[in-house]
Amino acid sequence: MSMSGSAVELPITTDLTPEEKISARQLKKDLRLQDAKTKLSSPWASGIAIFLAILWTIPTFGLFVTSFRPPEQIKTSGWWTFFANPGVTFDNYINAWNNSSGGLGGFFLNSFVIVLPAVLIPISLALLAAYAFAWIPFKGRDFLFVAIFALQIVPIQVTLIPLQTIFVNLGLQNSFWPVWTSHTIFALPLAIFLLHNFMKDVPASIVEAARVDGCGHVKIFFIVLLPLLVPALAAFAIFQFLWVWNDLLVALVFAPSPNLKPITAAMAELSGTKGGQWELLSAGAFIAIVVPLAVFLGLQRYFVRGLLAGGVKG
Amino acid sequence: MDWLLRPETIADKVIVMVFAIVLFIAIMSAILWLIDRPNVPNWLVVVGFLGPVTLAIAIGLLYPALGTTLRSLQVSQTAIGPDGKPIINPQTGQKSTELTFSLDNYVKVFTEPNFQKVLLNTMFWVILVPVVATAFGLVYAVLVDRTRGEKLAKALVFLPMAISMVGASIIWKFMYEYRDASFPQIGFLNQVLIWIGLDPYQFIINEPWNTFFLIVVMVWIQTGFAMTVLSAAIKAVPDDIIEAAQIDGATGFKMFRRVTVPSIRPAAVVVLTTIAMGSLKAFDIVRTMTGGNFGTSVVANEFYTQTFQQGQAGVGIGAALAVVLFVIIIPVIVYNVRQMRISEEMR
Repeated sequence: MSMSGSAVELPITTDLTPEEKISARQLKKDLRLQDAKTKLSSPWASGIAIFLAILWTIPTFGLFVTSFRPPEQIKTSGWWTFFANPGVTFDNYINAWNNSSGGLGGFFLNSFVIVLPAVLIPISLALLAAYAFAWIPFKGRDFLFVAIFALQIVPIQVTLIPLQTIFVNLGLQNSFWPVWTSHTIFALPLAIFLLHNFMKDVPASIVEAARVDGCGHVKIFFIVLLPLLVPALAAFAIFQFLWVWNDLLVALVFAPSPNLKPITAAMAELSGTKGGQWELLSAGAFIAIVVPLAVFLGLQRYFVRGLLAGGVKG
Repeated sequence: MDWLLRPETIADKVIVMVFAIVLFIAIMSAILWLIDRPNVPNWLVVVGFLGPVTLAIAIGLLYPALGTTLRSLQVSQTAIGPDGKPIINPQTGQKSTELTFSLDNYVKVFTEPNFQKVLLNTMFWVILVPVVATAFGLVYAVLVDRTRGEKLAKALVFLPMAISMVGASIIWKFMYEYRDASFPQIGFLNQVLIWIGLDPYQFIINEPWNTFFLIVVMVWIQTGFAMTVLSAAIKAVPDDIIEAAQIDGATGFKMFRRVTVPSIRPAAVVVLTTIAMGSLKAFDIVRTMTGGNFGTSVVANEFYTQTFQQGQAGVGIGAALAVVLFVIIIPVIVYNVRQMRISEEMR
């Protein structure tokens, strides 16, 4: 969660049209030639940059290599010896996926079951709210908007005990329902803020034209605004997806039973109980990472756009 | 109806999920259909659009925030009857408890040494992670700006953002893995220590430095975020300012210090505060790497331990810790809003 109103003015470099892109690229080239003098002394600069890039990549790379090594080699030698003494196996992945004591297949499914409604529901609700804040004039609108925005600062931890009490009273505890509900609630303030920023940018003339044609708010929302907001939706959907998929706290508190656990909770437990079994942990970690990584790499430009428009939550 | 609450099989789980989505769509469609009819007053339209959200936030954020604050001011005690003896619950046969108002929870949190350690650790997290991550992110953004392979270079540092904190913790636990010097090392950092002629080190266990090795993990994750936002800010520095500085003869480091840094100050504030708030609530890393043992616990983790693993006595302390978390965040927000105002006034 964040308060980052001033990030809104940052340029959104990702949504250039194709023509602009070409000229931007050319401009970049010119600038590069012209700027050779003004940059930090070049060989040193690129040296440090490459060093940092390697430093940032080594940890992930090491575990990735490890996940393909036979268990006996993992135990007796470091992953960097792999290149001198290669031995590749996929057994670690097979074992991590179905192993009876720590099989991750079921938890993987739980993650999906948790993540789909927990993305869909808050986005739909936030879209409606953002529309009302942007385009329906009513008394107390600004106050309500600021109030909702300000509630972003309530840490999740503060809400857990009272929410748990409510869920217990309703008889819903330890099921998927509290997980969906809480993820929805925690997502709303940021989602409303972010989508409202995009919603406001739609030219008033378009909305006015639809209103003159006799459309009510519901029709304007679905026919005029929704199609224009697809990029914003993508940006927030990715945030929410990564956030829910990678969440540990909400899952631990509201769905502690082994049958409901998502993959993060299973991995955290595996790390605690089988800390030494690196063949399971390494393969398991990459099974858990692969979905968010694919989403992230495939939709990176939307993700960055969301980041620049509304900050991230943490 | 049991399968709705406790689905066992794969098919059941998927059906429950679809059911939840369909239920949501049905309710929302009904609301929207009701307010879309002609001659519906404006206030009803507003209620239709905003009602569900306002209700969810009031029940899910506002009420719990107030409830937790109240609970943090209460302690659980054995109830004493009018006769001066403990009241026995006739159903369970056990002494019943009641909540009384007291500041004991806060006194404990601020005076007991183990909680003081937790607060100290939290302070290190909140200060070090934003500063170090922003510094690395800024340097990296400047270094790769307008170079060949900028995209790839950025993606490499940004990648940890997509990995869950649990995944990152496992990755780093493997980096820190310790073996006795007489065995071949499998943790990379200990191997580096051996290569430069030192003894292997228990990164995760040895106090007090282990907290800093956990902080490294968070820095590793957050640098990508700092780099992305700051890089966009650097690219937004107007060309005429750069040209003017060039004419004045500014180059290299001077350019960075005199032109780049002041221009991106507002963006840097946003980055710093966002990361600070993230670090304050970082729970996953401590939970996965040490479980809060070896003196590495932070407020967010201690809250979980107290509330869910220490029974009734812990709930009050957990609530107090949550409120402490809340109170630490407030000045960060206030500072952020101030900076926002200043940068808006300057325009």
